[in-house]
Amino acid sequence: MKNILSKLAGLIVFAIVLLSISACGGDEQKAADFSKTKSIANDPNAGLSQFELENGIGPVKQKLELGPIDPKLVKKGEEIFNTKCIACHQLDERYVGPAQRDVIKRRTPEFIMNMMLNPIEMQEKHPVVKKLLAEYMTQMTNQNLSFDDARAILEYFREVGK
Amino acid sequence: MFNSQFKKWLLIGLPIVSIMVFYFGCQQSKDAVSGDVASQVYVAPGSYDEFYLFTSGGFNGQMGVYGLPSGRLFKNISVFSQNPETGYGYSEDTKAMLMTSYGFIPWDDAHHPELSMTDGVPDGRFIFINGNNTPRVAKIDLKTFETTEIIEIPNSAGNHASPFVTENTEYIVASTRFSVPIPNADVPISTYKENFKGTISFISLDPKSEKMNLAFQIIVPGFNYDLAHAGKGPSRDWAFFTSYNTEQANTLLEINASRNDKDFVAAVNWKLAEKYVKEGKAKKMSAEYYHNYYDEKKHFAFSDVKKEVLVLDPKDCPGMIYYLPTPKSPHGVDVDPTGEYIVAGGKLATVIPVHSFSKMIKAIEEKQFDGEIDGIPILKYDAVVAGEVQNPGLGPLHTEFDGKGYAYTSCFVSSEIVKWKLGTWEVVDRIPVYYSIGHLNIPGGDSKKPWGKYVIALNKITKDRYLPTGPELTQSAQLIDISGEKMKLLLDFPTIGEPHYAQSIAADVIMKNSQKFYKIEENQHPYKTNGEKDARVERKGNDVHVYMTAIRSHFAPDNIEGIKVGDNVYFHVTNLEQDWDIPHGFTVKGLNNAEILIMPGQTKTILWKPAKPGVYPFYCTDFCSALHQEMQGYVRVSPANSNVELTYYTGSPQKK
Repeated sequence: MKNILSKLAGLIVFAIVLLSISACGGDEQKAADFSKTKSIANDPNAGLSQFELENGIGPVKQKLELGPIDPKLVKKGEEIFNTKCIACHQLDERYVGPAQRDVIKRRTPEFIMNMMLNPIEMQEKHPVVKKLLAEYMTQMTNQNLSFDDARAILEYFREVGK
Repeated sequence: MFNSQFKKWLLIGLPIVSIMVFYFGCQQSKDAVSGDVASQVYVAPGSYDEFYLFTSGGFNGQMGVYGLPSGRLFKNISVFSQNPETGYGYSEDTKAMLMTSYGFIPWDDAHHPELSMTDGVPDGRFIFINGNNTPRVAKIDLKTFETTEIIEIPNSAGNHASPFVTENTEYIVASTRFSVPIPNADVPISTYKENFKGTISFISLDPKSEKMNLAFQIIVPGFNYDLAHAGKGPSRDWAFFTSYNTEQANTLLEINASRNDKDFVAAVNWKLAEKYVKEGKAKKMSAEYYHNYYDEKKHFAFSDVKKEVLVLDPKDCPGMIYYLPTPKSPHGVDVDPTGEYIVAGGKLATVIPVHSFSKMIKAIEEKQFDGEIDGIPILKYDAVVAGEVQNPGLGPLHTEFDGKGYAYTSCFVSSEIVKWKLGTWEVVDRIPVYYSIGHLNIPGGDSKKPWGKYVIALNKITKDRYLPTGPELTQSAQLIDISGEKMKLLLDFPTIGEPHYAQSIAADVIMKNSQKFYKIEENQHPYKTNGEKDARVERKGNDVHVYMTAIRSHFAPDNIEGIKVGDNVYFHVTNLEQDWDIPHGFTVKGLNNAEILIMPGQTKTILWKPAKPGVYPFYCTDFCSALHQEMQGYVRVSPANSNVELTYYTGSPQKK
């Protein structure tokens, strides 16, 4: 009996806590976000457009016109890669993150750009990148590259991946 | 019978008594706070405060950064004191900041924060603070909240009336609280009147390079120069300094420096002084002093040793400086937002005297003098005083302004703030503070455009206000609402170190310029590592340089062998991160120095002198990622005569 009573009391406390949370949590913004998360959970595309699935989420929202490989840009990209990226990415072997020599064959140029420029959101939302995070365990850091920096690194990847 | 009644009494009475003791017995000073004050100081989680508050750390040599109205502490800025948390003053790249002509001094008594101004309004670029003990002035860059420059003041002792700035930060002032022989000399102390002098120094801030330079000093009679403020608007070319001990006592000042009815406010026309310097009236005097600056691109501090200073003598410079008689041992000297009124807090006076700038100019023109001292004319009190605030409270110290025609003066002895009206000099309100208020601060309250809204009491003594922590108790600030007619106490909050003075400023002026990280491509540290490919170890005799990189979540190299007892091992650690709030820390077992905390894009160097052979782990001390606990490495230390080859690697021994 005592046991039941204490369980009952526990339930009542739980209900009061729940009530007070819902009473205090009058934040409409958060409520809206919550429903959005829910719909994503039911969506096989995780709420992403077909373009985003293929080309990633980020500042690059349409296909790029790349043209022939520019050796000057390759050089610049190599320098930036060696300063800001190589601590985690080697060209030919798995290190902290995946090897990068053939990244241009695995992903679209736009995907690579978005991954470099918007790594945090990509890791939170993109199903392919979520899988990578599960495999490599270490979050990719945001190195705050400019668009031009990322474009130069892409050129370097195009060259080394030929 | 008696026994059971006694028991009953005990049962009922004791709880009541104990509750009464709890409420009334333990705490004398619990004041009734009226109305819904909690909502006025509550800053919801994730929301920002409206103002930054910068408090002096006093004897901790630092500066505190708080938010208002919440009173939340954000940072303690290392200024004149070493900080083992960041390595400031311990690391090879910051040691130079604490160099002086007396050698390396890792401590000072930091007194008065002062924000840089443009057109008499705090502009949020820099905040200055003075070192009182070994006279110095420091500049803190408010993009990074780091000390970037410290200049030593020669021919000075007790740099107290400092570092107040002129209307456009043309100059930062410094002065002598303790008069001394100038140049310093081995003389009998009893020759004070004959040999001891004061100096008032003007440090210029170059508008382009934003560097400080000791532009000139003025030799003044050997009084104690206590506080200062520059003029504004009509009085913009002037700066005002309080003095006490005009008796020129050199022992038992408590009595001997309190005899005169009036001491002086010194009014200095710095514009004219500048002209005299240009005309060559200043004498070159040899004096060794250090100018230290932190190069924010090189992430490295440098010292220039200066050898001479320009000195002006008032005897050669008519019109440059006047004395305004002021009762009695005045502390603060504060200029109202219009620039007309100069308020002095005579800490032993029964009134607050207010001088008028326009009357002062007229009195100078009409030569209303009452004698002179060492070439400095003394103006007649009646010819310069605008009015006196009667019965303000005991021990008036310091005044700030709300921009609506009212002044607020701290009264140390009677522990209160009095609000009075400029022009009529009538006291309109008073509020007790707990306890023994020194200075006070209103956001922008010493500028042309105060934000008003709050006054912050900076209290010297807290006694029973907080949970006790043994004999040493916290210092404290109190936030008081001044938006209405009556002052209203809102909040007590502890401050670290002694709050001699504070400055506050609307948060948006500063936060929009706050730097998030250092760009790695702009890092010009002499021992920077350009990416992990460049990570390496180089031996030069007994000096071993480890060029190390840090990124979530590993160091490179993380295995090092071939270090020997007797080596000087310099760890030059470059943080490769380029994201906000991702510092890495570095230390190694037995490091008889401090750790270094390296901001994203920054390089820092710490010296380790291993004394015993063995294997020494090193690791990241600042939680950086899910794999922070994996961010570690080993150094093998061998005997001095060993043949272990210098090797290093990350990942596998084949890979360098």
